[in-house]
Amino acid sequence: MSANEIVLKEEIAPQTYRYVVRHPKIARKRRAGQFVILRVHEGGERVPLTIVDSDPEAGTVTLIFQAVGHSTRELAELEVGDQVLDLAGPLGQPTHIENFGTACVIGGGYGTAPVLPIAVALREAGNELLGIVGARTRELVILEEELQALCSRLEVATDDGSYGHHGFVTDVLQKLLDEGQKIDFVLAIGPAPMMRAVSDLTRQHGIKTMVSLNPLMVDGTGMCGGCRVEVGGETKFACVDGPEFDGHLVNFDLLMKRQATYKPQETEACQLESHCRLSEHLRH
Amino acid sequence: MPHPSQNPRQPMPEQPPEERIKNFSEVPLGYTPEQAQAEASRCLRCRKPQCVAGCPVAVDIPGFLALAAEGKFTEAANKIMETNVLPAVCGRVCPQETQCEALCVLGKKGEPIAVGRIERFVADWQRERGEYQPPERPSPSGKRVAIVGSGPAGLTAAADLAKRGHEVTVFEALHEMGGVLVYGIPEFRLPKAILKAEVNRLQELGVKLETSAVIGKLDTIEDLLTEEGFDAVFVGTGAGLPTFMGLPGENLIGVYSANEFLTRSNLMRAYDSNQADTPIARGQRVMVVGGGNVAMDAARTARRLGAEKVILAYRRSREEMPARAEEIHHAEEEGIEFHLLSAPVAFLGDDNSRLRAAVIQKMELGEPDDSGRRRPVPIEGSEFEEPIDVAVIAIGAGANPLIASTTPGLETNRKGYIVADSETGATSLPGVYAGGDIVTGSATVIEAMGAGRRAAAAIDEYLKSL
Repeated sequence: MSANEIVLKEEIAPQTYRYVVRHPKIARKRRAGQFVILRVHEGGERVPLTIVDSDPEAGTVTLIFQAVGHSTRELAELEVGDQVLDLAGPLGQPTHIENFGTACVIGGGYGTAPVLPIAVALREAGNELLGIVGARTRELVILEEELQALCSRLEVATDDGSYGHHGFVTDVLQKLLDEGQKIDFVLAIGPAPMMRAVSDLTRQHGIKTMVSLNPLMVDGTGMCGGCRVEVGGETKFACVDGPEFDGHLVNFDLLMKRQATYKPQETEACQLESHCRLSEHLRH
Repeated sequence: MPHPSQNPRQPMPEQPPEERIKNFSEVPLGYTPEQAQAEASRCLRCRKPQCVAGCPVAVDIPGFLALAAEGKFTEAANKIMETNVLPAVCGRVCPQETQCEALCVLGKKGEPIAVGRIERFVADWQRERGEYQPPERPSPSGKRVAIVGSGPAGLTAAADLAKRGHEVTVFEALHEMGGVLVYGIPEFRLPKAILKAEVNRLQELGVKLETSAVIGKLDTIEDLLTEEGFDAVFVGTGAGLPTFMGLPGENLIGVYSANEFLTRSNLMRAYDSNQADTPIARGQRVMVVGGGNVAMDAARTARRLGAEKVILAYRRSREEMPARAEEIHHAEEEGIEFHLLSAPVAFLGDDNSRLRAAVIQKMELGEPDDSGRRRPVPIEGSEFEEPIDVAVIAIGAGANPLIASTTPGLETNRKGYIVADSETGATSLPGVYAGGDIVTGSATVIEAMGAGRRAAAAIDEYLKSL
């Protein structure tokens, strides 16, 4: 096997893929919460993706992504045996792991993928785990089995009610709290509005909450500052200071607006191309 | 017949401004062979050449000029390459006017010899004809050196160490070799194909090049010296930290660091939307803040990306501008509007947090500051709004903490730069050397190359002592 070779490709939900990619050193060095940046071809964007899992013995890392933008669609066109052109990592700060007591991990959409490695680490540190997985509809629910194996209780919420609770992950979290469930720590990863809603709820209950931010990125080494986010009124670079931050301190409004930086150009490109370039890729 | 030194300096043919603002091709077109020969003939062959002392890597300038004067262009390039691994790069981006050419005796009464233009010509001549012959490789020393960062300091150190028989690997965090030469300097000043050709010569010297290798994350410096079995490490990671101004509205959409703006356009080729997927804001009214070469690069890039109006706001006066005279001249020719003694104090956005204006404050010059330049003093009540849709902050870069923060025992100064001996590059850790912008702060390509050269000599000594 050569470096950066895709050794396994699996469509785990519509347009959502699990790739196992060979990179022995990243597989050995990475820790939960870190990510890679890859390029598919010359002229391609640098695409940040969270490392979902790794197998140091096999020398592979697992990545999960949704083919929602131009670059992730190109990535989805690769097959087993193909190589990604460049693969840099592990980037970002590893998740701070400790035994909080009872931790609740919440994943929204394909944001559930980066939750998994952190859930594993939290469990290994002795936490009791609760899990909430949200998705638009049943077939987009991912990693349910894997999380089920780690969590003493796993709840699912779908926007359309096709599976589990009909509604949002915050409804489920609210229900758990109403039931008197003890929660000492919350990790929430998903679309920015979901992370904001979870943070707003846990703030009222004084529960420490970490979120993983996915602003646009270029180099991933703190060199350009394109991924800057505001946390507690201070500017941080998500690529090197994060990607995880205290959800109660994050300026989500700015995050969402900055994520839309190139929307006008994408809309224009959309009209020119047969398929939409929905976004410069957002990590998760 | 008068000596050719009496002849005027050969002018450099250039793309006219109205044409070049529509493309990213190189601005100076290069000498013809006749021009190169005529210009080289002006050299007086001083017995004690001052020019060499002005060159941080001590290129044998009279030596290569003599060969060029005879029309032996490839031999002239070889002469340069005895001391400088990147002649086509240096011929383009070195500030010769403050180095070798500043010391040229001809400059005392007239115009100095155009060392840089001839260097560029002979390097191009040799490369385009495929006449480069890699030097014979010495017998292997059995020692291994890791070079962290593939900018000018790292590439120079790599070449020097490889020529001494050491096994050298260059680790680059990004997906292309060259550091600031590839992400920072625009195509119209340094075509990437030329850089690539010079970098590839390192491989002919036996140097291994590894891209997408983020040292500090993938391997630490300590890992390189232990797990990976390197005998010494040279850190040449550059000034890879953007500086922002801490102004209100600085995180609005449309406000870029120069590093981001130039990286998108240069490394990611965002200027060429047919070839590259990475987007960049193509502002109609762009303001670049700063007065150095990077500010000029950003302003001229914005112009080529189609901006109707490009303003360069600089808080001091023209005399204090750190950019090369040639860059300032080129920028002005391209219609960049210089707003001197002006600095933004805030950025204003619309409802979607998109930049719509900068609030600019006028300055006047006060007493000299630490840098010896007169300090800009704000004029109260002089603020006005300048409508813009893109702002690029080009006020310098700092030390990226990635290496220092992951290397226990590596001494840094209060600004985060690595403390290294100015002669040897030796750091507080045995076997670890550093040079270039990560030691000195932002400087020039050739100064970084000089640091790489000195460190390579010291590393060679160190390896012999093992």
